[in-house]
This record gives sequence, structure tokens and C-alpha cells, in this order.
Amino acid sequence: MNLWHFLITNRQQVFDLTLEHITLVGLSILFAVLIGIPLGILITRVPQLSKAVLGGANIIQTIPSLALFGFLLPAPWIGERGGRLAVLALTLYALLPLIRNTYAGIRNVDPAVVEAGRAMGLTDRQLLFQVELPLASGVIVAGVRIATVVSVGLATIAAAIGAGGLGEFIFRGLAMVNNQVILAGAVPAAALALSADVGLGALERRLGTLRTRS
Amino acid sequence: MTSHIDAPAIVFDHASFRLNGRALVHDLALSVNRGETLVVLGRSGSGKTTSLKLINRLLVPTAGEVRVNGRPTTSWDPIRLRRSIGYVIQDGGLFPHFTVERNIGLVPQIESWPADRVKARVQEMLALVGLSPDLIDRYPQQLSGGQRQRVGVARALAADPPILLLDEPFGALDPITRSEIQKEFRDLQQRMKKTVIFVTHDLREALLLADRVALMEEGRLIVNLPVAEFSHSRAPLVRAYMEAFSAGEPR
Repeated sequence: MNLWHFLITNRQQVFDLTLEHITLVGLSILFAVLIGIPLGILITRVPQLSKAVLGGANIIQTIPSLALFGFLLPAPWIGERGGRLAVLALTLYALLPLIRNTYAGIRNVDPAVVEAGRAMGLTDRQLLFQVELPLASGVIVAGVRIATVVSVGLATIAAAIGAGGLGEFIFRGLAMVNNQVILAGAVPAAALALSADVGLGALERRLGTLRTRS
Repeated sequence: MTSHIDAPAIVFDHASFRLNGRALVHDLALSVNRGETLVVLGRSGSGKTTSLKLINRLLVPTAGEVRVNGRPTTSWDPIRLRRSIGYVIQDGGLFPHFTVERNIGLVPQIESWPADRVKARVQEMLALVGLSPDLIDRYPQQLSGGQRQRVGVARALAADPPILLLDEPFGALDPITRSEIQKEFRDLQQRMKKTVIFVTHDLREALLLADRVALMEEGRLIVNLPVAEFSHSRAPLVRAYMEAFSAGEPR
């Protein structure tokens, strides 16, 4: 098979670009988790903010990715390196599923259980960490999973701004009108997306059964 | 709370609670003595659950006040107040992600009791409500309705609060289990002598458990009588309850 042949002869480069790809996605998801989950929690506590925060994250999602990369290009420090720029853009895209699922996950915890906790004298912090977040964890992980799968795909476009990753092969293949080279980027990217989906899906189910163990 | 030892445990001093212009509880005046079991009887929407939530400050009266141990609920630290009041709701309101042990031991644990004392207390509570110690590692979903309800009572009693609030706790149980657990609860209460407010719509349950019965309708207190006098009351609503009750009896 020609694709196999290409992947094997260029295995070092395939490996490097895959690693680069994983780094881009991994960093973005990490930042998105660190920003998105606290924001999701915040809007369950200050519901007046929920419209603005969810609306803002929604608007970011509607910006075409190539345009977003372009917009961010003039930004100081960030714009200097393609990698930084790509991580910022991917983080912004990953925010919506994280904020939304954190918010929905907490809001969907059985109100009777939350009230029982409050009636027992749990402080707001204890209620959050011991009751609401554990019970919402399945839904929150589902958000991480959606964000990760989407990011793996979006990150291929980051090659257009010199951020590297498997998109390099895709753009190179397009320029060369060589399907094999395109596939050398697309197939490993698809494999990454699938494994993230399966792995996080398994975690999500585990947390789900923790919640409703029978 | 030792400073007002002579005050009744709980006083509703013309307390009202309005929500969106509707009075859920209207001008409620009622007091509960230490060690007494008051059953608040009424149908859905009569304001009985709202009244209960005014005691542990899940709700704050919009007029009047509620005093616990002589102090208005609004001047209590809500966390301290709630930890001194046990709360049991229908189906237990147990935490589905906690084992029986963690559910029962939760308040002692957040009150920073040493771990071995929490463990011993959990065992003691299980024995008190008639549950096997083998159940400690189970999750609520792995228990029967009656077991869940017993765990709910054990959890409410774990930190030995002087006051216990129960909101239709046995409503979801089958009739046989309900009758068993009602009798157990009555025996338990005779030994513990806690101040108990028990909310129900079941007249039979009220007559079985109460020292005193308060009947509510549309947010107002209709009668408030010792249980022996309640069934002889001439109040039309009491008569209606008694008739509905005897209509359900076998002829």
C-alpha cells in the first residue's frame, strides 16, 4: 500500500508532527479546562452572568477558524509564534463545550440532593466539591471529550499559520496535489480523534456509573 | 444555644412566607416544646413543607420570625443552625455517589470528628435504625426503599442534633414497610426525646406519632391540639379528615 509505504519511510516526521499535534491539542484543552470549568461554576452561582458568558463562548465558535487565526496574528507575543497562536485559538474554541457542560452538569444535579446537603449544613464550598462537581463529573468529561475531538480536527488548520502538527502533511499534499501526502496527515489525525473519543468516553461512562451505581 | 434553655425549642412568631405575591405561609403562630413531637398535617400546597424550611433557614420568613432556642433564625449562622437540626426527606435525599457509611458519617466528618469516632458513630446509628452493619459499603441505589429511608434517619441523627425535621419521610414506602418503620420511629423517639417536627398528609401517621397535631390549609394554621383531643375536634376540616380516614377503613 502506498500510504503505508509513505508513513513508514517518513516515520520520523510522522512521529514528530503527531507529537506536535498532541501538544497543541493537549495544551489547549488544559487551558480550556482551567478557564472553562471555573467559568461554568461561576455562572451557576451568578446566574445573571450565564447569558453573557455562554453567548460570548457561542460567538467565538461561530468565527471561522482560519479567520480567527488571522485575527490573532497581530497580537503581541502570541502572534510571534504559530504554536502560541494555535493554542490560543484552539483554547477559545474549546471553551464553549466546557463552560456549557459544567453549567448544565451542575444544574442537572437532583435538586432534592442539593437541598438535603444544604439542610445538613454543608457550606457552599463543601456542597460544590463534595456533591455538585462529583455528580456533574460525567457531563463535564463529556464536554472535555467533545472539545478534544473537535480540537484534533481544528488543529490541522493551524499548520496554515506555521504551528506545525499533522496539518503540515495535509497542506503539503494539497499543494502537491498528492492524495497520499494528504492522507498521511488526515489518517493519523483521525486516529488521534478516535482514540481521544474512546478513551474519554470510557472515563465518562465510569463516572456516570459512579453516579447511578446499581 | 444554652442561654435560652427555658424557651421553647421552636417558635413561629406570626411568621409569613410570600413568594411572587402568593402567601405560602400566612401569619403562622406556633411553638414546639423541647422533646415534643409535633406533626404538621395538611394536603399538598398547604404550606407545611415551607414551614419546615423556615426552621432550618432554607427559607427566611418575609414577615414575622421563627426562633430556634430563643434566637431568630436570621441571627443564627445558617451553617451552625442547620448542623444542629437533623433533616429527613422523602426517599432519604441520600447522596447517590456516597456509600451508606459516608452518607451517615457526613455531618460528623465535616464537623471534624476523628475518623475512628465517625466510624463508631456510623455503626451505632445503623444499629439504632435496625440496619445490618454489612450495608456500609453499599450505594443508595443498591438499597430497598425502606433501607434508604432508615439510612436517611440515621444520617439525620448522626451528629446528635437536638431537633429533627422530617418532611413526609415515609411517603414513598409500601404500606407494610411504612407501618413497620413508623412504629420503629415512634419507639426510637420515645427513647431519644428529641424535638421533632414531622410533616405528613397521612392522618393515620399523624395520630400514631404525634404528641400534638397542627393542621394546615392554604398556608394557615387551622387547629393545633394535643393528639388525644385532635380526633374529637369539631373543626370542619378535622371532621373532613376524620371522615376521609374512616372511609378508607374496611367496613
